[in-house]
Amino acid sequence: MSLSTFDFNELTVSRVSRHYGRRRALDCVSITLRSGELVGLLGPNGAGKSTLLGLIATLIRPSSGSVAYGGRPASETSAALRSKLGFLSHDLQLYTELTARENLEFFAELYGLEDPRECAVRALKLAGLESRGDDLVQGFSRGMCQRLALERVLLHEPRLILLDEPFTGLDEAAGRTLVERLRALKADGRMVLLATHDLEAVEGLLDRIVILRKGRLVELTDVGASLRHSYRAELSRLNQP
Amino acid sequence: MRNFFRVAWLVMRKDLKVESRSWEMVSTTLFFSVSCVLVFSFAFVREGRPIEGAAAGILWIAVAFSGTLALGPTFERERYHDALRGLLLAPVERSAIFAGKLLGIVLLMTLVEFVVVLLVALLFQAPFIANVLWIGALLILGNFGFAAVGTLFAAMLVRTRSRAVLLPILLYPIVLPALIAGVMGTLAVIQTEPNFDLARFWMSLLLFFDVIFATLALWTFEPVMTE
Repeated sequence: MSLSTFDFNELTVSRVSRHYGRRRALDCVSITLRSGELVGLLGPNGAGKSTLLGLIATLIRPSSGSVAYGGRPASETSAALRSKLGFLSHDLQLYTELTARENLEFFAELYGLEDPRECAVRALKLAGLESRGDDLVQGFSRGMCQRLALERVLLHEPRLILLDEPFTGLDEAAGRTLVERLRALKADGRMVLLATHDLEAVEGLLDRIVILRKGRLVELTDVGASLRHSYRAELSRLNQP
Repeated sequence: MRNFFRVAWLVMRKDLKVESRSWEMVSTTLFFSVSCVLVFSFAFVREGRPIEGAAAGILWIAVAFSGTLALGPTFERERYHDALRGLLLAPVERSAIFAGKLLGIVLLMTLVEFVVVLLVALLFQAPFIANVLWIGALLILGNFGFAAVGTLFAAMLVRTRSRAVLLPILLYPIVLPALIAGVMGTLAVIQTEPNFDLARFWMSLLLFFDVIFATLALWTFEPVMTE
């Protein structure tokens, strides 16, 4: 399948489970995402959020169940599908011995983008790092790395964007910029699945909210005045025997 | 196919650029190899005369040990910040990523061996320079086979805690035939009456080893890297 022709408007995760030995990281999880949707994935540490994101990103195989991208399983699309995926994990997937520009140019070339230099310049601008483009990433703060990593993930304009704790290390201004960036992506018809603990930052941003707890997924339907309050209330309800 | 080589080139170029910022791999392997050759020269050279055939064994011991040292950091760098995941998510053939890593290691090993060959030739009075094409071909074939197996194992072990211990345990039993072929081929070339037919036989064996293990590694890299 050609890299340029494959596209999809819907992600369907159906009854997916993932076991690590006897431990069940995901238990019969189902979720659907459509173009232009921004979905929040909440849950306590160790709930299985990163496993779910890794699984959707095709890096982890499900023990059972299926993941379909526009109705097609990952095995049918492979490289073409990966050209439409952007995954920012908790680790930033950057080479610290390279400069910010070199990192961006390397990945732009790897994704076969036209004019990698121009792509890098644009990404540096969006990350607010134009003046630090030729500095080694190892000298960057966590927030700067986070901004750079996000733009690296978005270099190839992916259809499906998976973000694991994208607000980590960001100051208030950078957090606001990220929220605006996410709104723009949503308006542009991208699908975004966002795992975060930073509930204040995403207040009013998300179209839907799902909570993953002990490998099981439930939808938070009733979001009141405060997302944190609703989330806590739902977690207490789930924790009841 | 063109895209395969393009990606392999990009990965290799990136690895060499990273290495050029620290010289970590080259300096470690070079210091280790030089020390190894020097220590052996005290044991195997008596009154200025080396034990016959010692040069071949020492050259390949230096190749094996320094190669193992070089393999560790290759994927360690990818593990740091989980850059490996970024590579695996790129819409490219994953075997091309393997090929790029492999070529980078072969190039760095060859660079170190250039110095080691000169040192062994000097200290053990081995006629390496007179047979430079034969020795060069044997070393390149040996490097390639060693690095093909080693790169695959280093990739497999990247997420395990005891990778530093496990790598040599897994690697040496498999690369032993290549190392023996290298030693025997080198011996055939540097003996007083060189036997080039015999050297050709060992070289063919090395080539066979390279083809088998490079194919296996290219084939298994993708499933190995997917959890």
